[in-house]
Amino acid sequence: MSATIDLTTVWAFIIAFAVFVYVVMDGFDLGLGILFPLFPAKEDRDTITNTVAPVWDGNETWLVLGGGGLMAAFPLAYAVLMPALYTPMIAMLVGLIFRGVAFEFRWRTTAQRNRWDIAFAGGSWLAALAQGIALGAILQGVHVEGRQYAGGWWDWLTPFSILTGVSLVVGYALLGSTWLVLKTEDRLRDRAYGLSWWLLLAMLVAIVAVSLATPLLSIHYSQRWFAWPNIIATAPVPVAVVAVTVLLLGSLAKRQDTRPFFLTLALFALSYAGLGISMYPYIVPQSITIWQAAAPRDSQLFLLVGVSFLIPLILIYTGWSYWVFRGKVKAGAGYH
Amino acid sequence: MFDGFDPVTLARAQFAFTMSFHIVFPAFSIGLASYLATLEALWLWTGRSVYLDLFKYWLKIFAIGFGMGVVSGIVMSYQFGTNWSAYADKTGPVIGPLMAYEVMTAFFLEAGFLGVMLFGLERVGPKLHFLATLMVAIGTLISAFWILSANSWMQTPTGYALNADGQFVPADWYKVIFNPSFPYRLVHMVLAAYLTTAFAVGGVGAWHLLRDPHQAGSRVMFSMAMWMATLVAPIQILAGDQHGLNTLAHQPTKIMAMEGHFESHPDGAPLILFGLPDEKAGRMDYAVEIPKFGSLILQHNPDAPMKGLDTVPRQDWPPVFIPFWSFRIMVGMGLLMFALGLFSAWERWRGRLYQSRLLHVLAILMAPAGFIAVLAGWITTETGRQPFTVYGLLRTAESASPLAAPAVGCSLIAFAIVYFTVFTVGVVYMLRLMAHPPHPGEPGVPRDIPARAAGITPAIESVVP
Ligand code: HDD
Ligand code: HEM
Ligand code: HEM
Repeated sequence: MSATIDLTTVWAFIIAFAVFVYVVMDGFDLGLGILFPLFPAKEDRDTITNTVAPVWDGNETWLVLGGGGLMAAFPLAYAVLMPALYTPMIAMLVGLIFRGVAFEFRWRTTAQRNRWDIAFAGGSWLAALAQGIALGAILQGVHVEGRQYAGGWWDWLTPFSILTGVSLVVGYALLGSTWLVLKTEDRLRDRAYGLSWWLLLAMLVAIVAVSLATPLLSIHYSQRWFAWPNIIATAPVPVAVVAVTVLLLGSLAKRQDTRPFFLTLALFALSYAGLGISMYPYIVPQSITIWQAAAPRDSQLFLLVGVSFLIPLILIYTGWSYWVFRGKVKAGAGYH
Repeated sequence: MFDGFDPVTLARAQFAFTMSFHIVFPAFSIGLASYLATLEALWLWTGRSVYLDLFKYWLKIFAIGFGMGVVSGIVMSYQFGTNWSAYADKTGPVIGPLMAYEVMTAFFLEAGFLGVMLFGLERVGPKLHFLATLMVAIGTLISAFWILSANSWMQTPTGYALNADGQFVPADWYKVIFNPSFPYRLVHMVLAAYLTTAFAVGGVGAWHLLRDPHQAGSRVMFSMAMWMATLVAPIQILAGDQHGLNTLAHQPTKIMAMEGHFESHPDGAPLILFGLPDEKAGRMDYAVEIPKFGSLILQHNPDAPMKGLDTVPRQDWPPVFIPFWSFRIMVGMGLLMFALGLFSAWERWRGRLYQSRLLHVLAILMAPAGFIAVLAGWITTETGRQPFTVYGLLRTAESASPLAAPAVGCSLIAFAIVYFTVFTVGVVYMLRLMAHPPHPGEPGVPRDIPARAAGITPAIESVVP
């Protein structure tokens, strides 16, 4: 029995890891799309999409792993959450379609106002907002009866889920702008620096707002965070957020091109850890724990064998691909 | 707006719709990736620039098709949860790991090397670049392996047990993966992808040969495509025949529907070539049939008895009209492909491969044949499995999500609008690229900026202002 428990916890961490990698990797891709309206010049837009063109597909694949892994390791959770998040999920998929095809399509038209640029920006906004809303909808809990979702298809819509939706858009935009600081030069980088200040400010507001709103959702969350002795374990999270913010402000002020992006990643990691603290051990908050949703041991074990050597391998060749395309992307160079 | 609609029917329509769009792209991507790897290998081996030109020509088309395959595929993988949540809960422990393995062994491989394949030639050099192309090609094949294993398990489930919650749980992974119909389906589908690509490439080559029979690139691609048609079409017909025998053993009702056998034939079943199935009356109208030929093909004995749908309870009947006709469309395409392959071999032997206008016109007409056959084949396979999602064990009606009709209907409409607009435009872009012949010094995928970013080759950098 204890072996099963361990395996399930391991799987919870694997899924959490996949989702986190997705959030930060596709986060900066989507962030670029979110920022697109602020960069109306064609050369700028070309450069911006070129910074991620070679890697976006791999970034998005983590989403497929998150979904597929959830179905494999926690089928009940997948089966309950997906219908509960029906509308945001469909919206996200539609957004990802527009965003994804735009990478190729925008080079295939010479029209002055490239409609695939609108598709790129619109798709990114829609996908980011939908993901944030889905997150909020999970946190506020869904109505479960037996082994099925038992609510309606608009239950997810609350002020809280809108707040998380907007927050994620802001967070992704910050990832995008610091990515541009990392990957571009001259005028484009200057714009990105300017934007990063404002976006960091907005992100801090969002973090505070979500952190204050979450404990109000349920007594479970407030006890998790504030009850003694939990608070000893949870208090370092906000402290670390403050520390990272200070570093981030410093690196923006000193215009250190590489650091802001990685510090933003740290900010995401801390917010994500906070999320984990709130949810654990539930996978559908207050209704289904990871153990109740777990697939049989045989399924989890069979997949774990692959995970344990395939994920490191994937990280290695993904890293190689990033390495091949390292360095700043020059504006206006090289396309005919 | 959707009152009176059955949510399960809407969910089925949605799956059929999104899947039919999706499979068109993988069929092309699988074949094209292997074709690109072949072209690049030939270039590295012979050093002839025509292969590099062709590589770059098809790479641009591949990039568009692959992108559409990816986005439509992500919709598929989430659809199991959104529209078929009961199914996901019950089969997740068996199907889920197969799909997760597909992600880890195939999708990441494709995606990880795609960037280098599309934009990295100058950056990593020809050898490493070839490795990337090869990895993408292998990735598409691994992807076919896992997803077809998952699909075949739904057709011919083995190696499972049932637990107290009504879930299918794995009992023997080897039997789950290598279930009885999987080897046949894998071979048949991979060959289908190759043929699909060969006919598309052949059609494009023929189109340009009609204008200019001396164009080097058009010649090479046309010749390569026609070799595939000549050699692979007959193999595909054999594979299809074996597939059918296997289906008869494991999914007899599907064969009854495909063959239009409403009635049992105790002493030898006819082969119904054409007819109009009347499912209500349980009878085939206007049948054109060859006596005893059905038993001969499926049992290799003209007098072997064959059961018909009259031995099956009505509630277990699959639809008949659709699989009966879609099967004939697929087989018809297969026979036409075979014929074109023979004709091209004849013209090749006579030394008129690049001059025969008739051959070129026929090849252009046959360019979409593979896509049609692939769609028809899948429609046969999937509709013939009805009314079950896991054949004989889990009914389609018990697989759906607990959603009301408006939710499923609205998402169906949203997908319909988005797919038709986005993918139509994508196909137009692909056709526009194909409308130009491949020429010497063919440029690669546009915006090769990533290939020229700073800090790599000072020589290039200094050229850039
Ligand atoms: C025989 C082959 C085959 C079949 C039957 C399917 N697919 Fe597919 N799929 C592929 C062959 C493929 C591929 C060749 O690997 C693709 C297509 C083009 C591409 O870009 O990759 C792909 C892409 C693709 C992607 C995007 C991968 C990425 O992010 O890179 C997903 C999530 C799926 N598929 C999921 C599915 C699901 C859930 C299916 C069934 C219901 C399905 N596919 C049927
Ligand atoms: C790749 C080509 C495929 C095509 C063209 C295809 C086509 C279809 C069609 C036409 C239907 C509707 C049948 C009907 O309702 O009459 C369907 C249903 C379905 N298919 Fe497939 N399918 C494909 C692959 C797959 C795969 C690989 C899986 C699973 C691993 C799968 C799982 C399902 C499920 C769950 C349904 C819904 C229930 C049902 O209506 O049967 N399909 N598909
Ligand atoms: C002319 C000879 C052919 C025969 C006898 C044949 C036979 C079959 C049979 C019996 C099935 C259904 C198997 C099942 O559901 O259990 C099938 C499915 C299929 N066929 Fe064919 N086929 C032929 C040609 C082709 C061609 C030329 C293509 C494509 C280029 C093709 C593509 C497919 C596909 C994609 C499927 C669905 C996947 C599968 O179940 O394998 N077939 N074929």
